[in-house]
Amino acid sequence: MSPTLWLAAAGGNSASIPAPHIEYGQLSPMLIVFAAAVAGILTEAFVPRRARYGVQIGISLLGLGGAFAAVVVLAAQGHATTQAGLLAMGSVAIDGPALFLQGVILLTAVMAVLTYAERRLEPRLNGHGVDSFAAQGGAVPGGDQEREATRAGFTTTEVFPLTLFAVGGMLLFPAANDLLTMFVALEVLSLPLYLLCGLARRRRLLSQEAALKYFLLGAFASAFFLFGTALLYGYAGSVQLGDIADVVSGVAPVTPALTVTTQNDALLLIGLAMLSVGLLFKVGAVPFHAWTPDVYQGAPTPVTGFMAAATKTAAFGAFLRLFYVAFPGLKWDWRPVMWGVAILTMVAGAILAVTQQDVKRLLAYSSIAHAGFILTGVIATNRQGLGAVLFYLLAYSFVTLGAFAVVTLVRDSKGEATHLSSWAGLGRRSPLLAAVFALFLLAFAGIPLTSGFTGKFAVFQAAAAGGATPLVIVGVLSSAVAAFFYIRVIVLMFFSDPQPQGPSVAVPSPLTATAIGVGVLVTLGLGLLPQYFLDLASKASLFVR
Amino acid sequence: MSYLLTATCAVPAAGAVVTAALPAGNSEARRRTTKAVALAVSAATLALTAVVAARFEPGGPRYQLTESHSWIRSFGISFSLGVDGIGAVLVLLTAVLVPLVMLASWHDSDPAPAPEGSFEAKRRTQGFFALILAVEAMVLVSFLATDVFVFYVFFEAMLIPMYFLIGGFGDRAGGPDAGKQRSYAAVKFLLYNLLGGLVMLAAVIGLYVVAADQDLATFDLPTLTNAIADGKLAIDPTAEKALFLGFFFAFAVKAPLWPLHTWLPNAMGESTAGTAVLITAVVDKVGTFAMLRYCLGLFPDASKTFAPAILVLSLIGIVYGALVAIGQKDIKRLVAYASISHFGFIIMGIFALTSQGQTGATLYMVNHGISTAAWMLVAGFLISRRGSRLIADYGGVQKVAPVLAGTFLIGGLATLSLPGMAPFVSEFLVLVGTFSRYPAIGIAATFGIVLAALYALLLYQRTMTGPVKPRMEGMPDLKVRELAVVAPLVALTLLLGVYPKPLTDMVNPAVDATLSQVHQTDPAPAHPVAATTGGEHE
Repeated sequence: MSPTLWLAAAGGNSASIPAPHIEYGQLSPMLIVFAAAVAGILTEAFVPRRARYGVQIGISLLGLGGAFAAVVVLAAQGHATTQAGLLAMGSVAIDGPALFLQGVILLTAVMAVLTYAERRLEPRLNGHGVDSFAAQGGAVPGGDQEREATRAGFTTTEVFPLTLFAVGGMLLFPAANDLLTMFVALEVLSLPLYLLCGLARRRRLLSQEAALKYFLLGAFASAFFLFGTALLYGYAGSVQLGDIADVVSGVAPVTPALTVTTQNDALLLIGLAMLSVGLLFKVGAVPFHAWTPDVYQGAPTPVTGFMAAATKTAAFGAFLRLFYVAFPGLKWDWRPVMWGVAILTMVAGAILAVTQQDVKRLLAYSSIAHAGFILTGVIATNRQGLGAVLFYLLAYSFVTLGAFAVVTLVRDSKGEATHLSSWAGLGRRSPLLAAVFALFLLAFAGIPLTSGFTGKFAVFQAAAAGGATPLVIVGVLSSAVAAFFYIRVIVLMFFSDPQPQGPSVAVPSPLTATAIGVGVLVTLGLGLLPQYFLDLASKASLFVR
Repeated sequence: MSYLLTATCAVPAAGAVVTAALPAGNSEARRRTTKAVALAVSAATLALTAVVAARFEPGGPRYQLTESHSWIRSFGISFSLGVDGIGAVLVLLTAVLVPLVMLASWHDSDPAPAPEGSFEAKRRTQGFFALILAVEAMVLVSFLATDVFVFYVFFEAMLIPMYFLIGGFGDRAGGPDAGKQRSYAAVKFLLYNLLGGLVMLAAVIGLYVVAADQDLATFDLPTLTNAIADGKLAIDPTAEKALFLGFFFAFAVKAPLWPLHTWLPNAMGESTAGTAVLITAVVDKVGTFAMLRYCLGLFPDASKTFAPAILVLSLIGIVYGALVAIGQKDIKRLVAYASISHFGFIIMGIFALTSQGQTGATLYMVNHGISTAAWMLVAGFLISRRGSRLIADYGGVQKVAPVLAGTFLIGGLATLSLPGMAPFVSEFLVLVGTFSRYPAIGIAATFGIVLAALYALLLYQRTMTGPVKPRMEGMPDLKVRELAVVAPLVALTLLLGVYPKPLTDMVNPAVDATLSQVHQTDPAPAHPVAATTGGEHE
């Protein structure tokens, strides 16, 4: 290392570390959620066990609702458009996409909390209703401790603060304006999710296996992301997205200390590739999708719904910001690769879904296919594409949560009956539930008059306008393939004879019923009269630098 | 902007909701209220369509009484309606047939002995009539929409009420496994049409993408067709062919064109006679109508490219449908195969790309609707009396129920296009129109007429003549309600047979406009000059 480097780095900065200026008002959504999460932890420590359930639900809903109100106020004050800006020394950006996605994530989280709190589906234990989470997360599956905890009717109310922490990370992820903040947000959202995945009450080994797989692969992905960050710092001398963009386009002066590495294209491209790996893993795009089916299947179903909806939203938010803010100048380098990824993701998701025999795995592959459709919008690299992706994420989140909430209701003596064969003839036994699930499937398939169609259409329209017509063709064709496996499930539900010892449909409490009802309303609303939300998304579709 | 067309579609839609919401219950009084409300709604719809037809000026612009309401602005989708001559006659056909179908099906939805508290016992009648009105509303929107997306949505949405009509209400003449047969027929109907619909959806999106690429981000049909006709919107030939096939596939399933027809005999055979009429006379017409309006209007060059192939398929359909009809043992399936043969004629007339052919095809849609309705509904009355669909169970009906036999004969004669009956005019026009461009195909298609005489007359002979079969004695003749259904149909068949001018006046300008979009003029007669000069010399 040369002496100049040492001197410049140490002498230049140590003398004047500026006191960071934090805009608490604009950061309030995240702060509220984190505060609620901390309050949830304290509740676990100090509130008696019997009272925890109610208190935790109250704190979660208040926190999420308050954060959503803060988002709405910020948007009303123009922070999404004219007042958009960089906060906290440039490490967080509050702008249209950030606020829009924070709103989506918060609403999704409210619905998820409702499904978490459901206590009427499992048989009552010791006189208390229990939820779909393990009695005691630390107990060995099948061991004495677990039996005791189960008999005592314990519940893991820690899931609420864990979820709030994850939500906090998700709020920060799409707003992060430098790579390190982005990485921190990634970890904050991921770690609670790994835990949540392992907490299923039934089939605990499957659940723990899912958690371990998710954790190991997620850790690899995070490492890739961090390594990519380091390489890009080497290239640009900054981790801020705007500065990187300036260096890429050659506007910014080269940091004297990094003359050796700066503008070394190898660093740039490898770094970019590694960041992409980290993010593509989180959105579940091929070839980094392998974890999705196992984790979706093993995790407690309410968590699966939350994870599928909110993680994807947050990760695509970060993805968009990274590529639209930091690397627009490299469009011609990353677009061809993303073309390939999008095509692979759409085709593989659609084709592999056809062979699935388990509802949760089927929805997992469908989520992979959807990641491909959303990528199509990302590749558009125009404002239209950005608005389309925002809208798609809004539409997709509610459909996904609703669909997984329905899955929690179809049960037999062993818990949820997720094998497809046991769903045969469900439409005869429980026409309303089957009709609701059919609606969600039609929305996944992108059939007109559902939100899924509007979203897909917006994305394809933007991609075609952005010159990606072949991608649109692949997208439309794989939608047609995908439509078949959704319709196959509908045919199975309505047109097959029920199994003699088939599952029964549990009557949910108003909590899950509300979540499903909201899902239905949003799915139909965004399908029938989407114009307002399309306008909203397109108004929000401008990043700040 | 007038709201007449919206009202025309909204009345049956609202009627469907009201009918479905009428108080449940199985008492005779409740059922009668339900039926009366539904019938009144369909009569009101008929009155509105009569106003539409009266206000339509044949010499005026292509689309009249237009209205447009913004729907999804970002995608260039608006709820636009407008009526042209072809649409007008089909709207009239629909509005005329629906009340007659309701009258004919008056007792079809009365519950058979059903367990207490089941759907059968509670909401069956409400369901049946609400579904018919829902189908009517959707069909009307399909005929009137001038927005490709709106058309697509209603074209597809129709499947849902039709599925329940087919799967939920049978004719009670089936065997012990009738329920199974019926749900098989309903699922087959749904899956065939859904497949067509999905392919078409891809093509609809593709069309938008292509148009948006050339700054025409709209689904508005007149805008698109005009731009295509002016050359402002130039679709790459390969893309045009693909898009054409996407649209055509959906319509060919719906119409149905051989070899995509196999769902029709199941659906028509297992459902009630009223539903069968709804399928073949109303819903399927949307398919042929859409070929004329969308395939030719949006993809003129591809239409010309594929026309010969489509003509061959329709020719096969004509002959195949008629041959299979001759061999049928089941009366309703026989009518279904006869319809397949007739749809062959309609599609042939459309893709002959001559004005006689297309005028004939449009008239054919109307006439086939009327005559098949008469034939099928009388067959339904017959079946409801004996409780069997098998031809072999019948014989000598004309001795015990002469009026029934007589109207059945008229229906059959109309189907075989006897001169003087309405279908003769249209079939003749189609054949002339086809012959003038494709003589060989025109000649081959005339075999269809001969075969039609066979299946129609053989059916009459086997069921109505000869000795009276057991369990046929004392069979009642047509009742007043049934006469009220058949009389208007027979009257229309005869009237339009001798005086089709009101219809042709309406249809001709629209057909000429369609042909000019395809840049196609009628071929000159083979030797007109020689003929006249020859005459002078002699």
